Amino acid sequence: MEHTGDHPKFLAHHFSEASQQQESAKLGMWIFLVTEVLLFSGLFVFYAIFRAWHPDMFINAHVHLNVYLGTLNTFVLITSSLTVALAIRGLQLKKNKQAIWLLIMTLIFAAIFLVVKYFEYSHKFHLGQLPGKFYSFDGIVGTNPHVFFSVYFLLTGLHGVHVIAGMIVIGYVLLRTIKGHFSAEYYTPVENAGLYWHLVDLVWIFLFPLLYLIG
Amino acid sequence: MAKDQLNAQKNYLNEQKGIKSWLFTLDHKRIGIMYLFAIMFFFFIGGVMALFIRLELIRPEEIVVGADTYNQLFTLHGAIMIFLFIVPGIPAIMGNFFLPLMIGAKDVAFPRLNLASWYVYILGSVFAIYSIMNGSVDTGWTFYTPYSSDTGGAVISMTLGIFILGFSSIFTGINFIVTIHKLRAPGMTWFKLPLFAWGTYATAIIQVLATPVLGITLLLLIFERVMGIGIFDPAMGGDPVLYQHFFWFYSHPAVYIMILPAMGIISEVISVFSNKKIFGYKPIAFSSLGIALVSFLVWGHHMFTSGQSELAAMIFSFLTFLVGIPSGIKMFNWMATIYKGSVSFDTPMLYALSFLFLFGIGGFTGIMLGALSVDVHLHDTYFVVAHFHYVMMGGTVMGFLAGLHYWWPKMWGRMYSEYWAKLTVAVIFIGFNMTFFTQFIMGTKGMPRRYHSYVDQFQPLHAFSSVGSFIIGMGFFIMAAYLLHAMFRGKPVGKNPWGALTLEWITSSPPHHHNFERTPLVTDGPYDYDRIMVENDKWIYKDQPVEKPDESQEKVEH
Repeated sequence: MEHTGDHPKFLAHHFSEASQQQESAKLGMWIFLVTEVLLFSGLFVFYAIFRAWHPDMFINAHVHLNVYLGTLNTFVLITSSLTVALAIRGLQLKKNKQAIWLLIMTLIFAAIFLVVKYFEYSHKFHLGQLPGKFYSFDGIVGTNPHVFFSVYFLLTGLHGVHVIAGMIVIGYVLLRTIKGHFSAEYYTPVENAGLYWHLVDLVWIFLFPLLYLIG
Repeated sequence: MAKDQLNAQKNYLNEQKGIKSWLFTLDHKRIGIMYLFAIMFFFFIGGVMALFIRLELIRPEEIVVGADTYNQLFTLHGAIMIFLFIVPGIPAIMGNFFLPLMIGAKDVAFPRLNLASWYVYILGSVFAIYSIMNGSVDTGWTFYTPYSSDTGGAVISMTLGIFILGFSSIFTGINFIVTIHKLRAPGMTWFKLPLFAWGTYATAIIQVLATPVLGITLLLLIFERVMGIGIFDPAMGGDPVLYQHFFWFYSHPAVYIMILPAMGIISEVISVFSNKKIFGYKPIAFSSLGIALVSFLVWGHHMFTSGQSELAAMIFSFLTFLVGIPSGIKMFNWMATIYKGSVSFDTPMLYALSFLFLFGIGGFTGIMLGALSVDVHLHDTYFVVAHFHYVMMGGTVMGFLAGLHYWWPKMWGRMYSEYWAKLTVAVIFIGFNMTFFTQFIMGTKGMPRRYHSYVDQFQPLHAFSSVGSFIIGMGFFIMAAYLLHAMFRGKPVGKNPWGALTLEWITSSPPHHHNFERTPLVTDGPYDYDRIMVENDKWIYKDQPVEKPDESQEKVEH
């Protein structure tokens, strides 16, 4: 417990053992994920209330989303969750090289997701299917169709921001993995980055049916 | 000489020197001190605004500021006091400094996140200041739509600033929850935790669960202003009452973010200065969690007159009464602690007693406002203003001041002048009641809040209230003087000037960089005044012949 110098290098001075540090980091991450869920919850409430108020409009508007691209992105993100989980397993099994490649693949999948999203967005920009007062599309029957696209762009936009944040976090742990900071004894930051990435994935798993599928 | 000894002794203040050693510090104590100065700066700004408001209200006609400036003043007074002073106040200053000490930890769980929270706080406050400089806001601190989405002024920079401040609050909350769960010293079981730790824990839970909702609410408000997304603005198909639901879902629990840590301080102070084991430790601990839970179920009582359904209003009214139960449990336990205690009326205790009296009134009028039929009459009158000032200032600020005076000698190793401190308690207590009790009376007579002018019949009461506020202001200036004096010139104190039993008092004053010489091994409860007494920094066990275990020994039974 004292400063005797037999601490492993990764152990911060105010923890007495590695397991205490690891458990603290994970608990902190889980609490942070709860705050993320609550952040999104406001938008889900937005969705639920306006869907209840304008049920026909929501049905008529959602057909303008591209289900094929949405499905593609769902597969891309779920696969990226798998690769990041396998990367952590790679570290646990002392296969650091494999972990590095799996983290790189995760980043590639995330980038693919964003590219697909870019094509979806630009198509809607082109048609004027934009949020709020920028909405200029004509062809959705129902009340307040601009609100549907407000919900759509806010939810997918906030999610997109999280994808980018996740890429930065994964890029950071990738860099540290390449530098050899992690081992089978210590890989907590990678695990936490993975947890965060799973949340990003999970949010999309809710967004996809709510926005693209429910008729 | 004693003074030289204090300077020669290694402690967190003098171990490292230079501005960089402060700006990049990971030491929870130094971060607490940095928060102290940042937060006190905004407390000063918010306080000066309050004085201008009261000055303007002495007479119905314009005195110093016009109606538009007045609207900005009360908005900024509210926004600054709430988001920059009272929400971060006790957790970020005293929680940061003392929570790790009280549970025998070397630091909080995530020191870098802790430092980041300070910088995020500063960044958020920069946005708020930018807003004040560039058009300001006159929406009231609640930013109700549709006014806030249509009006001129710098609403976006202000709400963005508050959005950013929210992250600071969340970081602090995460840090405290994990610290309490994982970093307690050996032997520090959950029920040996000081009650301040319990209060902070309950606070942290609310910070973590409610603040993100405020974040998304303010983001939506910003998008409503920029893009007209149609969620809150009726002109775009939105619903302004929905904004109120969103807003109060955070801001009502936030009221308990403000009061719970103050209640924690009161529990400490009352037990120490009554020299008696706290009465009802577990009920006090669990009532903190109870308040945290109920806090999430009562937001609708802010909207009794906003057009929510009658059923909803009735349910919210009923649930609001429930808050009285855990609050009452605390009040009665504190009083039972004082009962037959050996009470010493030092400054912290005087603030604690002020808290009991003022929070009693504030809490009781809260029940009145929670009653549906009464609220319809009193809604948006000075009665509401008086009520929440009794809770926030009479409760939280009194708790804050109790804590500040209780721990000041530990923070700086020096004692303030008891004479001036006691005088100030009296000044603030009298000024406070003059200011705000008058407002209860005005409220029941129908004086609406947030008005620049009023009918003549209120003039004497308004003038009386304003004089009271100047007395409060004077009290705070005296306090600033003697506390700053104590920082540099105060009489050096030993480890334990109050004879308290919690762990922060077994280490030196001010504590050294790593808090304790050795990690303490906790064998006694935090309030075991029935078996232990402290005299001249020696722990004397009444129930066994051995004496003075102190922290330089291998096993520490403080």
